[in-house]
Parts: sequence; C-alpha cells; structure tokens
Amino acid sequence: MAEELKRIGKTLGESLRERGVSRRGFLKFCSATASLMALPPAMAPAIAASLEKAKRPSVIWLSFQECTGCTESLTRSHSPSVENLIFDHISLDYHHTLQVASGAAAEAAREAAMHENEGQYIVVVDGSIPLGNPGYSAIAGISNLQMLEETVAGAAAVVAVGTCAAFGGLPQASPNPTGAVSVSDIVKDKPVVNVSGCPPIPTVITGVLAHFLTFGSLPELDSLGRPMVFFGKSIHDRCYRRPFYDKGLFAETFDDEGARKGWCLYRLGCKGPMTYNACATTKWNQGASWPVESGHGCLGCSEPNFWDAGGFYNALSIPDSDITRQAAYVAGAGVALGAAAGAINRNKQSKAASAHETVTIDDLDKQS
Amino acid sequence: MDFLLWVRGPGFDIALVVFLIGILIRLLEVLILGRKPDHSEPRGAELGAGLRTLMTRTLPEQGSFKRSPFTVVGGYIWHIGFFITLFLFVPHIELINATLGLSWPGIASNLIDAVAAVTIVTLLAMLFSRLSHPVKQFLSGPEDYLTWLVTFLPMLTGYLAYHRMIDPYPLVLGLHILSVELLMVVFPFTKLMHAFTFIFARWYNGAMAGRRGVQS
Amino acid sequence: MSKATIERGLNAFREQMNAPIASFFSSCVNCGMCAEACLFYTETGDPKYTPINKLEPFRRVWEQEYTLWGKLKSLLGMSKPVTDELLEAWEPLVYDACTLCGRCSMVCPVGNDISYMIRRAREGFVAAGYAPEGIKGASRRAITIGSPMGVKYPALAAQIKHIEADTGLTIPVDVEGVDYMALLSSMEIMNFPEYMEALARIFKQAGVTWTISSEAFEATNSGIQIGSSDIARELVNRVVVAADKLKVKYVISPECGHAYTAIRWEGPNLIGRPYNFKVVHILELLDELRASGRLKTEGMEDDRLTFHDPCQIVRKGGVLEPPRNLLNMVASNFVDMQDPREMNWCCGGGGGVSANERAEELRIKVFKRKKSQLDELNVDTLVTACANCRLIIEEGLEEYRMEIPVVGLTEMIAEHLVDEKSE
Repeated sequence: MAEELKRIGKTLGESLRERGVSRRGFLKFCSATASLMALPPAMAPAIAASLEKAKRPSVIWLSFQECTGCTESLTRSHSPSVENLIFDHISLDYHHTLQVASGAAAEAAREAAMHENEGQYIVVVDGSIPLGNPGYSAIAGISNLQMLEETVAGAAAVVAVGTCAAFGGLPQASPNPTGAVSVSDIVKDKPVVNVSGCPPIPTVITGVLAHFLTFGSLPELDSLGRPMVFFGKSIHDRCYRRPFYDKGLFAETFDDEGARKGWCLYRLGCKGPMTYNACATTKWNQGASWPVESGHGCLGCSEPNFWDAGGFYNALSIPDSDITRQAAYVAGAGVALGAAAGAINRNKQSKAASAHETVTIDDLDKQS
Repeated sequence: MDFLLWVRGPGFDIALVVFLIGILIRLLEVLILGRKPDHSEPRGAELGAGLRTLMTRTLPEQGSFKRSPFTVVGGYIWHIGFFITLFLFVPHIELINATLGLSWPGIASNLIDAVAAVTIVTLLAMLFSRLSHPVKQFLSGPEDYLTWLVTFLPMLTGYLAYHRMIDPYPLVLGLHILSVELLMVVFPFTKLMHAFTFIFARWYNGAMAGRRGVQS
Repeated sequence: MSKATIERGLNAFREQMNAPIASFFSSCVNCGMCAEACLFYTETGDPKYTPINKLEPFRRVWEQEYTLWGKLKSLLGMSKPVTDELLEAWEPLVYDACTLCGRCSMVCPVGNDISYMIRRAREGFVAAGYAPEGIKGASRRAITIGSPMGVKYPALAAQIKHIEADTGLTIPVDVEGVDYMALLSSMEIMNFPEYMEALARIFKQAGVTWTISSEAFEATNSGIQIGSSDIARELVNRVVVAADKLKVKYVISPECGHAYTAIRWEGPNLIGRPYNFKVVHILELLDELRASGRLKTEGMEDDRLTFHDPCQIVRKGGVLEPPRNLLNMVASNFVDMQDPREMNWCCGGGGGVSANERAEELRIKVFKRKKSQLDELNVDTLVTACANCRLIIEEGLEEYRMEIPVVGLTEMIAEHLVDEKSE
C-alpha cells in the first residue's frame, strides 16, 4: 500500500521506462491516440511530451450495478498493449476486480487515495446506481449512492464508463426494478464524461484518460456528455456498408444472398443511423472486426434506453407498439363513432325536412 | 433519444388513433347523409359513368390545363413526389410492413433524395402561388396554409434527417416522425380529407352526369 | 305578410345537405381551377366570381352543422356565422354571377359538382328572402298568370290562329289520346313563333300526332331558377296534370334549356314519383324521326355556320349527338367552336340571369367570352337550340355590333323539309 502511494510521485515517462516500454512503442501509442482524437499527426510528439511529464493521477474505479463487461473489455481486448501500461501507470487505487486488497483493506485504500489526492483524483464509475432499496447493491455495507456521493466529493472529474453508468443501461431497462439511475443523474457539481457502450471501446476509455493527462482538461462533449472525438459521428455515417443503403440494397434475412454479399442491414434492425460511436473506425479486438462487419446490425448500445428502443431486429423507423391489433380496436371505435356522427347528421337532415315551411310566391320578400 | 422513443411509441399511437378514428368519423358522417332516390328516367347508368369520372378527373380537362398550367403541373409533381417518397423509400416500406404486414420493393435512396428535393421545391412554389395568384390568394384561409405546412414539414424534416443536417440524428428523426404525426392528427379535421373524399366526390359527379347521358 | 327569414334559410340549407354535397365540400382544396372554367371570372378577372366562393354561406352551414370538427369549432366560438348580411352580400354572386351552366363541375380535379350545389344553395337564399327582384317577379307571374313573361292562353291562341291562317297548317290544342304533348316557352310564343310553325310542319310530314294543352303550355319553370322546389313543383305539376288528362305518351320539351332540366330531370323528383309519360327534348325527337327516315329534308345551307351548345340541353341535359346529326342533314359548312359540346361556354343568361335586370351589365360583360369564340370562327350564321340562349346571344351581338344571324335549329330543319306538294 505504502509502495503504491510513493509511486504517485513518478512521472509517466519514468514509470514507463522502468517497466521497459520502448520509446518507439510509446510514440506509436501517442500517434494512435492523436489520430483517434482527430488531432493532426503533428500533435503526437506534443502528446508524448505531455504524457512523459504527466504525474500519474490517482484513479478510483467504482463498480455498482454492472456486469464487469466494461472492465473485461478494457483489460482483455488489446492486451498486452500500451493502453494496459497506461493503466498500470495511472495510480489505479481502487478497483474491485483488479485490486489485490479486499475487505476493510480495500476500503482503506479508497479512503487513503481520496485523502491524499483531495481535489485531484479521477473517479471512474461503471454500473448504474439503484435509488430503490439501498440493499439492492451495496459495498462493504455502504450503499452505491452513498459511496458515489462520498467519493465524488473530492474528485477532479468523473468518467462514467459503459452505458449503465452513463445512461442507466440494462438495470434501468423497463420496468427498472431497482430504480437505477446514471451517474450524471446523481453527480451535478463535477464534470462527468460519459463513455457509453455496452461495453465501451477500450481505446475510447483510454483515449479519454489520455486526453485528461495530455491537456489537463476534459475533451469536448456532445449533448449526452460523450467525447465528440469518438461519438461525433453515427455508425451509419462511417459504415462501410453505407453505399448499399444508398443504393437500396438490403439483406432481408441473416442468410440470404444480400447478407452474403454484405448489403445493408437496415431491414434486419441495424440501429446504425441513430447510434453514435467509433466502432466503424476503431473496430474491436485489435481492429479485427466489429458487429456490422461480422454480419449483425448495430444494437445501438452506446445510446440511452437502447434496451427499450424497440426490438433489436425491427428496422429503426418502426414504432414499438403492437400497432396491428391496436388498429383493429381503433377502427372498431372509429366505425362506432362515425355511425353515431352519421346518425346525428341524418337526424338533423330529417328534422330540417320536417321543419320545412312551403315557400310560396307570397314568401319571397324578406320579413320586415 | 427519449424524444425519439416518445414519438415512436406513445406519440405514434396517439396520432394513429386520432387519424383512424377521425377518418372513419369523417367518412361516415359524409356517407350516412345519403341522397334521395332519383325518380327521373335515367339516360345512362350511374355506376360506370361514376367510375370513369373517378379515373378521368386524374387528367386535367384540356382547356383548364391551358388556363392553369402551373396549378396542374405543380399539383402533379408534388403529389407524385410525395407519394414516391412516402411509399417507395425503404424505411417507410419497413414501417408499413411492420404495421400492416404489406411489403413491396423500394427504390434507391439517392433517387428518393432527388425526388424529395424536387417535391420540396415544388411545394414552396405552390405556396408562393397560393400567396400570389389572385384567385388562390382570395380563396385561401388559415386552413389552407395549415394544411400546406403539415404537408411540407414531413418532407422537410425527412430531407434533413436523410442528410443528417441536424445533430443528433435521433432528434431529427424524431422531428420527422413528429411532423408526420402532426399531419396524421390534422388530417381528419381539415381539407386533407380530400385524399379520401375525392373518391366519392368524383363518383357522385360522374354518376349524376352519367345518369343524364353525359360523361363528366 | 312575408315569412322569409334567416332561420328558414338556414333550415333550407340544412335540408339540402346530402352525401354528394358533403363529399364536395370535404374535397375542395381551394386550387382555384374552377375560376378558369367560369366566364364570370375569365371575363372580369375578379376572384370573388370563383365558383366555389359563391357557395361560402352553404359551406359554412355544412362545416358548422354537419362536421364534427365544425361543431367543435362553433362551440369554441371559432366559426363565422351565417347571417342576413352574409346572404345579402352573396346574393349577387349566387344569382347574378352564376348561370348554373355547370362548366366548373366539368373541370374540378376532385370532382365537385359546383353547379349542383349552387342550385341547392339557392333554396336557402330564396327561403331567407334573398333572391333578385327580377326572378321573384317572374316566379309570381308564373304562378299567378301561368307564364313568367305574363303570357296567357289567349295570347297563345292568337298566335296559333295567326300561324294557321298564314300557313294553312293545323296546330292541335287539347286533343286527347295523341302521342305527344308539346310545351312552349313564353319566348317562343312571343319572340320566336317560327318554332311553333316548324313543329307543325315537321310533325305533319312525319305523321306525328300531337297537341298543345291550353292549361299547361308553358315549359319554363321560374321555380328552378329562383331555386325554390316548392314553386317549381307547383309549375311542374300543372304539366303533369295536363299530360295525364290528355293521356299522352310523351311530353316534348321545347328548345328552351332550363325548361328541359325542369321537366326532364327535376320534375319527377319534385313530385316525388316517376311520370306516367316520357319527356323528350324536341331535338331528341327530331333525331329519332331522322334515324327512322320519317324526317326528310332537301337542300343544304352552304353558309359557314356554327352551333352554340345550350348548357342545360347538352352539358346538363345529355342531348349530345342529336344537334350535330340534325345539322349534318342540312348544313354543308358546319364548324365547331373551340370548346364545343359538353365543354361549351354559356351565353351568360342561363339560370335566371336573363330574368334578373340587376345582372344585365355583368351579363353583357361576360358575353365577351361568346364573342371571342365567335370572332375566332368568322361564321355567317349561329345556330342554337334554346330560346333563352338565342335571345341573350342576339342582345350580345347587338351590343358588340356583330352581325351574325341567330337561328333555332328546329326552324332550320323545318325550312329544309321536303315540300310535300313537290313530291
């Protein structure tokens, strides 16, 4: 524990070299980060210089109602890679899955990190926070809500990793039994960066941290609090299957000719047009592939409420209610009401006919 | 996204209910009025003549075409353009397929895009004509401009959505769907009903003339 | 003591509402194309003469009382009421600026039969006391005297005597059991007695048995023009009673246009039952005689001539082929006007406009349409088949100093009858 705390003093560069990471490997990471953040390549040395000098900030990672998929994504996918090293070399002071300590020692590490780095540390959250019974999710007897409020109080910034933390995610899906809410529903007085996705792209998580280390500030965010550099364009806009959409060529089933020819998956429910994420460019598993490339439509996992946004296999434009059955009832009601309106009109018509007073030539002048 | 979910969910349901019930009420309140039997000896049959007029009125009478070419040509362009974009754009077909179970092939979306652009321009020209042509300007009231607006908005928002001219996409898609819902809600209560009642109107016209031996 | 009130007018509007009219009002999108079909608009350029605009009072009653939305709007005070002022303002549009020619009904893209609606809207106007003095007077004369022009039977008897003396022909009166009972319009009795003479000659040659009724010789029906079914019914009923009394098989409608509409199409509906006889237009009968070889003519007119299709006989009457079949018998140089047959332009005096002195100036103005049609053709003679059209066109031609003789088709045929003596 004490050893850990001492390491905070070292710069990232020192720490990297100590770990045997080559300058070349480091620069490669820096150019990749620059391009990922849509910065000119000339920025790579600047990033490198900043990162070299950066003091490794303390990071407290809180896991609430989550599945650990976000951590899995982060640790596994590009391992071993410079990203992992970055994580080695931020001071990850608290993380259920990764830390060695447990029980009271673990909680002590969190409190120590908060105390030592008051106002400096970054809180990363994955998972949503239940506002129902606090017992739905608690750590060391502390409810998620209490732990979040307590930990965030002295933080410099909060990063909500994954859709659960960013927007409520699966726990919040209808009927939301735990009363789950997102981090930004609770944290109002600190900057919150949402790195949504189920799970988020690992390089996007590290990219955000790199940005913070490089510029000392949070990246530009979209209206949902997501970094513009990664979430600025929709999947559809950057999808390699887009030309098929524009030509009106669609796969109708997962094994038809269109599917084999790689046509657009819109009709199979692809949510690409409404989903903002970097999958189409960064791809997954060391750039091997991504969902649309593997033949399945985008689920829209980086968007709020994606679980409740209609079926995954319904085309985007389709309303989610059971319209057909509803329409039959509605039509029945319409016919009944229409018949009533018609009867009223008929009645008016025949009333007028019986109220008719014969017009004679003595009635042609206006009554005066 | 919440907005999109609302317009796609409850919003659409409300609009559909108003649209369907409204149209049925309007159609029945017209048809149930009926007409008295005609005792005059017919010279021709009503049915065939009515059906013929129903079809032939789709083409303008020659003299009228010469006298109002803009109204006729503009009317054709935007009606046809509107129906092409409404019924041949793939996402729309998907919607119809999901709601009614009917499906047909669509056409290329960049073609739809061009048609939509032409339709939008024509609708603007039609509005200009309504504001400037002495007869149309004289006849037009708030309802005429309201019906123009609710017809124009789906075209405009659809175009913006297709080109992603408003960010984020769920917002503009939601606006597009909302504008269609507006159209659906306004539809039964305004002269937009002509889209259905023209069938009766033409038929009655043709039938009444056909009875007298004239193909109207 | 008069009983015409706005309430009675409104009641009449309500009574006239039916599915066709509700369909028509529901369908109008104010495209304005009917304006271009109406001579009152084309010749004045005044948008208030747009046909559908003439129906605004009737449309309001429909919207406010026969549509769910309109009822709601009325409840919220959002609709404009139908008042005396409104009907007063619209009266000239409905009576002076519409001849019920029905040309607008032919061009409406959604199929609205506008002239049908105006005919019915007039029921409301007349019940509310808003009808032009000229047509009111004509109606009063028609009911009390028996003819809108005040022609009584003695005047007709005098004309008959005159013709019989001049020609040696017999014009049968009140003969029971013949096939045909001929009706006449006052104009034919007073202005164009040649018609009667023509009938007598043609029927003699063709061997048609016919008569005129001394009790119901008048074919015109002011009730139709003023738009009162009650008055129209009384007038039609006189003809029905006379025809039944004389036990004729057919009643012949004269060349007069609206008389044909009244007796042929509206009559049975006014009395609420089909007739015991058939109604034929004189041109239909002549064409039948032609087809069966009973009508024989000789010689051809070689003048360049054209035919003015009377709206009520052709467009609204369905007598489409007979005029041209008959013309082809006697004319070698016949040309059609632009927009012939069911698309022809009205002379401007139909639908009661000719009986409405107030409308005269406007009527002369809109005659320019017929004038330009004629100018294009440069004809020597204009043939028509409606006494009213004939009178209006003659007046118009005089006004615009055009020297084109106007001839009734029946007379023209009569002039070319094979002379029995020369056979």
